[in-house]
Amino acid sequence: MRARTIILAACVLLLAVAPPVTMWLEQPYYIELLRRVMIFAIAATSLNLILGYGGLVSFGHAAYLGVGGYSVGILAFYGVNNGWLQWAVAIGASALVALVIGAISVRTRGIYFIMITLAFTQMLYYLGISVEEYGGDDGLRLKVKSQFSGLVDLVDPVAFYYVVLVLLLGVIYLVHRVVNSRFGMVLRAAKSNEARTRAVGFSPYPYQLAAFVLSGAICGLAGALLANQTSYIAPAFMDWTRSGEIMFMVILGGMGTTPGPALGAFALLIVEDLLAGWTQHWQIILGPLLVLCVLFFRRGLAGALPGGRDG
Amino acid sequence: MNAILVFEQALNGLQFGVMLFLMAAGLTLVFGIMNLVNLAHGSLYMVGAYLTVAAVGWTGSYPLGVLLGLAGTLVVGMLVEVIALRTLYERDHLDQVLATFGLILFFNELVAIVWGRAALYTSLPTYLQGFVEIIPGSIYPVYRALVIVVGLVVAAGLWYVVTRTRLGMLIRAGASNRTMVSALGINIRLLYTVVFGFGAALAGLAGLMAGPIYAVQPGMGEFILIQVFVVIVIGGIGSIRGALVGALIVGMVDTMGRAFLKPLLGHFISPPAAEAAGPALASILIYLLMALVLAVRPEGLFPARSG
Repeated sequence: MRARTIILAACVLLLAVAPPVTMWLEQPYYIELLRRVMIFAIAATSLNLILGYGGLVSFGHAAYLGVGGYSVGILAFYGVNNGWLQWAVAIGASALVALVIGAISVRTRGIYFIMITLAFTQMLYYLGISVEEYGGDDGLRLKVKSQFSGLVDLVDPVAFYYVVLVLLLGVIYLVHRVVNSRFGMVLRAAKSNEARTRAVGFSPYPYQLAAFVLSGAICGLAGALLANQTSYIAPAFMDWTRSGEIMFMVILGGMGTTPGPALGAFALLIVEDLLAGWTQHWQIILGPLLVLCVLFFRRGLAGALPGGRDG
Repeated sequence: MNAILVFEQALNGLQFGVMLFLMAAGLTLVFGIMNLVNLAHGSLYMVGAYLTVAAVGWTGSYPLGVLLGLAGTLVVGMLVEVIALRTLYERDHLDQVLATFGLILFFNELVAIVWGRAALYTSLPTYLQGFVEIIPGSIYPVYRALVIVVGLVVAAGLWYVVTRTRLGMLIRAGASNRTMVSALGINIRLLYTVVFGFGAALAGLAGLMAGPIYAVQPGMGEFILIQVFVVIVIGGIGSIRGALVGALIVGMVDTMGRAFLKPLLGHFISPPAAEAAGPALASILIYLLMALVLAVRPEGLFPARSG
């Protein structure tokens, strides 16, 4: 357990010193890349709450990236640039959408759940394409990034970087606390044996739905960050391959572990970046790589660290 | 809105419905028997379309190209089953979804490398380019009419194979209790490969028929795959009858919604509002339908009898 803690602490430390180092090396691209990676790490961590601990295989998590992003984009479109308001709306709207999708889909199990979450995300995707008011297929440009009453300026890449880093650590801590609370205990119990959970007097549905909503809300925050990262929001945020990628980050990192999803996000996006720099047909390598990981690397990165699986 | 226009759109809905059925039948068979969630089913649809375009160009004959395209998809399907999917049967759905997601990336990129990213268009032979008069005063493209006929014939053939032949008996037995089937001395691995290849060929048939109507391009498979999921969820997973009914409902609702929702809304709300809301509502109509069906019957309309 000790070696594991040291490795993870070293990872956080590396992230914390990355901006001065990349500035010194005159490689500002890497700040952008790491920030993007951390935003996806937030999304993956939120998915882990329901996938890793709740056993709900949501294949539509990109929906909340889109809802969060569009909340920021649409408010900015009408001239509302207050970041506090924008991000609160992003989180609230994502929670609301998750409540509606969850209320229908959490009642179903297994393959139905996978297909339904996928189909609802696709529905939002087509909705984004067909609403011409907000750019349709081409999306919306974010002319001004979210404004935080002069507290931080997201235009400054380093300041924005630290905002994302703090939020990532906060989200990981939040999910860790939730999972180890009484609420999380019921959630995990329902995953491992639903019948017994009912037998001891808990109905899993409200717990699973609450986790689903919380997960969607956190992912909505990631969506708001992503809109600021790219200064742009389009239906492509909600593309179903995006959902697949987020899901893969969780599995690659190790589902049901605290640091896993973030590790998975780093591994996947850095490998993608390296492959994309090497050949434009990088997906032909990434695809089989995913298959091999699923077949042979089942414990994930967090499981491969010394100390094995944590709770 | 006149009767002839409605009739023509109903035929379009039927045509889309039978194509959805060809896809859904293979997917639901593979799920029912092998308990495998195969996202790469859409890739086989794409492979069928591309192989046929290539084979038609190569042989110069449309029927010959179609036959080669079908055979090619069958072979590709069986290879995929033997190389990649066989080890996934015992895994949970999550692993299956991710591994077949990896296969989709692979196939889309492979196709883009071989044929490029630009859309291809199939040229039909002259005898398929005309129109037929199905009811007086309404002409309909011969090719689309042929798609409907082929789809319905295949549906009937599938019903015959599944309910009246030895292979069909094994398929049904495998779906209800696979351990018992293999205990009775049936080579279950071979059966799986055959069923998978069969499903692949159906997807390939849907793909090659879609070629001349829609664009042939990388990613075309996923576009239809998700609609096929809606079909299967509505019809009930693992049930061929459910797939047929679900496909026809989805095909009809989607086509009719796109054609008539905007003018219909215009009667109730202001035309500019209908102009904006019509297309948006039409594009999400089938998903709303799915949500409605699930709210009433979470197992779908025709759930398969066994698990």
